[in-house]
Amino acid sequence: MNDMTLTREQREARLEGMGCKRKRVEDIRFTQGKGQYVDDVKLPGMLHGDFVRSPYPHARIKSISTEKALKVPGVLAVLTAETLKTVNLAWMPTLAGDVQMVLADGKVLFQNQEVAFVVATDRYAADDGINAVEVEYEQLAVLVDPFKAMDADAPVLREDIKDKTDGAHGPRKHYNHIFEWTVGDKDLTDAAFRKAEVTIKEMISYHRTHPSPLETCQCLCAFDKVKGELTIYGTFQAPHVIRTVVSLIAKLPEQKIHVIAPDIGGGFGNKVGAYPGYICAAVASIVTGKPVKWVEDRIENLTATSFARDYHMTTEIAATKEGKVTGLRVHVLADHGAFDACADPSKWPAGFFNIVTGSYDFPVAHLAVDGVYTNKAPGGVAYRCSFRVTEAAYCIERAMDILARKLGMDPAELRLKNFVRPEQFPYHSALGWEYDSGDYHTAMKKALESVKYAELRKEQAAKREAFRRGETREIMGIGISFFTEIVGAGPSKNCDILGIAMFDSCEIRLHPTGSGIARVGTKSQGQGHETTWAQIIASEIGIPADDIMVEEGNTDTAPYGLGTYGSRSTPVAGAAIAMAARKIKAKAQMIAAYKLEVHEDDLEWDIDGFRVKGLPEKFLGMKDICWIAYNAPPPGLEPGLEAVSYYDPPNMTYPFGAYICVMDIDVDTGVYKVRRFYALDDCGTRINPMIIEGQVHGGLTEAFAIAMGQEIRYDEAGNVMTGSFMDFFLPTAVETPHWETDFTVTPSPHHPIGAKGVGESPNVGGVPCFSNAVNDAYSFLGATHIQMPHDFWRNWKAAKELGAV
Amino acid sequence: MIPGPFTYHRPESVQEAVRLLGELGEEARPLAGGHSLIPMMKLRLATPEHLIDLHGIGDLKGISREGDHIVIRAMTTQHELLASDLIAASLPILHETALLIADPQVRYCGTIGGNVANGDPGNDMPGLMLTLDATYELQGPEGRRSVAAREFYQGAYFTALEPGEILTAVSVPVPPAGHGYAYEKLKRKIGDYATAAAAVVLTMDGGTVATCAIGLTNLSETALLAEEAAKAVIGTSLDDAALKRAADAARAIMAPAGDGRGPAEYRIHVGGIMVERALKRAAARIRAA
Repeated sequence: MNDMTLTREQREARLEGMGCKRKRVEDIRFTQGKGQYVDDVKLPGMLHGDFVRSPYPHARIKSISTEKALKVPGVLAVLTAETLKTVNLAWMPTLAGDVQMVLADGKVLFQNQEVAFVVATDRYAADDGINAVEVEYEQLAVLVDPFKAMDADAPVLREDIKDKTDGAHGPRKHYNHIFEWTVGDKDLTDAAFRKAEVTIKEMISYHRTHPSPLETCQCLCAFDKVKGELTIYGTFQAPHVIRTVVSLIAKLPEQKIHVIAPDIGGGFGNKVGAYPGYICAAVASIVTGKPVKWVEDRIENLTATSFARDYHMTTEIAATKEGKVTGLRVHVLADHGAFDACADPSKWPAGFFNIVTGSYDFPVAHLAVDGVYTNKAPGGVAYRCSFRVTEAAYCIERAMDILARKLGMDPAELRLKNFVRPEQFPYHSALGWEYDSGDYHTAMKKALESVKYAELRKEQAAKREAFRRGETREIMGIGISFFTEIVGAGPSKNCDILGIAMFDSCEIRLHPTGSGIARVGTKSQGQGHETTWAQIIASEIGIPADDIMVEEGNTDTAPYGLGTYGSRSTPVAGAAIAMAARKIKAKAQMIAAYKLEVHEDDLEWDIDGFRVKGLPEKFLGMKDICWIAYNAPPPGLEPGLEAVSYYDPPNMTYPFGAYICVMDIDVDTGVYKVRRFYALDDCGTRINPMIIEGQVHGGLTEAFAIAMGQEIRYDEAGNVMTGSFMDFFLPTAVETPHWETDFTVTPSPHHPIGAKGVGESPNVGGVPCFSNAVNDAYSFLGATHIQMPHDFWRNWKAAKELGAV
Repeated sequence: MIPGPFTYHRPESVQEAVRLLGELGEEARPLAGGHSLIPMMKLRLATPEHLIDLHGIGDLKGISREGDHIVIRAMTTQHELLASDLIAASLPILHETALLIADPQVRYCGTIGGNVANGDPGNDMPGLMLTLDATYELQGPEGRRSVAAREFYQGAYFTALEPGEILTAVSVPVPPAGHGYAYEKLKRKIGDYATAAAAVVLTMDGGTVATCAIGLTNLSETALLAEEAAKAVIGTSLDDAALKRAADAARAIMAPAGDGRGPAEYRIHVGGIMVERALKRAAARIRAA
């Protein structure tokens, strides 16, 4: 049935396999409003739950009265910590080894903390009920500044653990201390600094922000009392992990829990963790016997579910006069808010922040991270980055610029001088990682040539002179960043979540007529898995991508996987998909050998089937093999054509890239214009260049937002000031710059198809690039380091402080 | 983010709306475009028991020229302002400003009446109405009356509107042909209120400023008419010194609060710059004509 009248190119094109700019198949439903999101799921008799939240950042709860609320028409139940205690769920474990209140137990620790959960027949009645719950608070001293968390007279935040001297990650130094995490050789590093010809030291802050997906966090829990089964529809980036965690927490047998993550409207790390809303909706369903839906509103999303960043990084580099780096020393003060609800692999309290040596060959380095509690919302999720990798990239890329300035060197030249060289791969970093592959010099040089870097510097010099002469009030900045990501968590030897190893999985089932279904343990939130997964299979086994349906998110049907975040889907599940496909191909080869009456070794693969070596007319296509596999398999071979693969990666993958930004800033208003942004990404083998480009556009847009204004800001009294998109900067198409994208290809040597992952690279590399552009603009006025975010008023303030206004 | 219960009314005439407002008293609120009231209701910062929707009143729609005035009825949306040839020809600054209000979706619903009547210092139209010396037509239980925009604003969300009154129209004197105008608005992003904004309408005579009016948005509890700033440029050629005097005079009356857009010091600083830029651009328009 294989159409041999087609040319090889036509057969190849028909597959729409790897390398093809295949249009996203999921967009057919998304662009027609036919996506199915959690809030679209409606079950008979469904109730709605909503939270009473604390107006205070730190207060003791003297009393909660639900009496009036229960009289509100439509209100059926009000859960409080006391109710949850009867089922032992007033507190829940966090992914970081801490515990977190589900509903305020005795006190509240951040503004908008969940205090009571009102369950009613509709959302209006639930909100009426919220307003009728009476809570009496006694305000307590508030801790906002993480630098004051470990003061002797700091308020005690966590009374539940105030006397515990050991935490999940070792000894605690203070009642508001969570952990200290150290990596590297302190003595050797200190020695390098003693010998250093040049050193820099700067406190580089990466402010608190929020992933803010357009669809907020939500779930719908339905407990079937007769069967004893709990079905949960939710916005879950990792549905299987949710199933296991629910089973462990709620003591329900895992086979009786059905977790379904339908279409998701963006995650960016916000939908990895477990939130009080999930627990309350599940308990409310068990209590009422009816399905209970919980849907966050925007204010709740921004102020209560997981924030990102809030790292304060004191960074030192030792170097020679010629600009060769000899040592790196970083201390991080990490503000985790009221509970350590960081979503990192369990043994990594600061994620993979030890990638902080970046793309540079530091002979020695030492890192210490102190996590502290404050009266802010809990979290610390990886917002469009692998775990704490964007913090690390920001830290080293700012610090390299600061060093370049101190040395009087061009920042590009300093980077080229210190890059890990191609022949050093696999490269062992001073802080313990094994970089798989890279060619940094080629990427950097291509970037510099593409933007005509030397000419830009000349233009900048002329503009600076014009500024000095008073002819313009505009200053020009050129930002460079060169990042190395670490993605694809992860190898079971160093990664797990609450003991669950971080493999991923794929099951492929081919149908007799030559099509098939692939089920994968990941969960797309917009990444386009339905499109790209099918492309991998198309290239591997010669079935057109259009004939492969991809399904994710239903734990009853998908094989167990750890979900989608940290750019892990392609590095881990992408590998599982290729390996499952290869198992199928191996069986197909046995079938082809039998039908073509040759030994298997006499066959060669040719685009979409097997051919007898040297006999081009003797060919059996995969479509035919599918039919034969079911209906006429070789004697002794069981029928069917399907395979499952679970992939435990041998190493992480290390995508990298070179970004350059050109920015003009009006010093009188602080208004900036991004004139140019060039992004070169090397994500190894490229599966779908169009989707990669889309990912880069999205990640750069978020990076732009973060660097140039997006923040979660608290006032001195602990009130959160950025609860809506009026004040939380989410750029529209008008503000978003034009992006120029480019690439090099350095495949991962250990990944079956050489792919590395790309979704988060642009955020990791983008943030330092924008910030370096701003800092570069002001450097001739004497600036060393200006903290993010670089919004208009802060740019003006910087100019003012430098005497330019 | 769910409003409390309320009763919805949809009168078909101004008289009926005024009657309802009178009968229902303080617990009733008129609903125009809803872009201020509905968010407040969703946060339950406003909990009116009755909403009197003005969308069913045909008399509150339309833009017309009446003598030397343009009369814009209250329920005219920002989008309709933008689509009006009459506005584009006679009151081009209104066109320029309406384009800077929020985004197209908001402009399809947001009305001029709601924008000027709410007394929100962040709204763009009040400052413009001060500049243009507009008059507001009000109708209440005691009948109709007119109030000058320059007499209307008393404090944040406090205006000369009496309980039971509805603002039915805005009447704007048509500026002379060949006038210069500009609305300079600094904002963080599309959809945001002004960090600082200035409206300028001026005429010139032989290279010097003959008449000038300057309005300021979001730089105090109410929109401001910067009279001293305007005086500072009259008779000048808008040289740098005159521009600076105008900016400083405007800054002297600004009293913004610090917020996410920046501290008061910054907003005052850029407020002056908006004045300078609006003056320059208004004059440039005349010179280019």
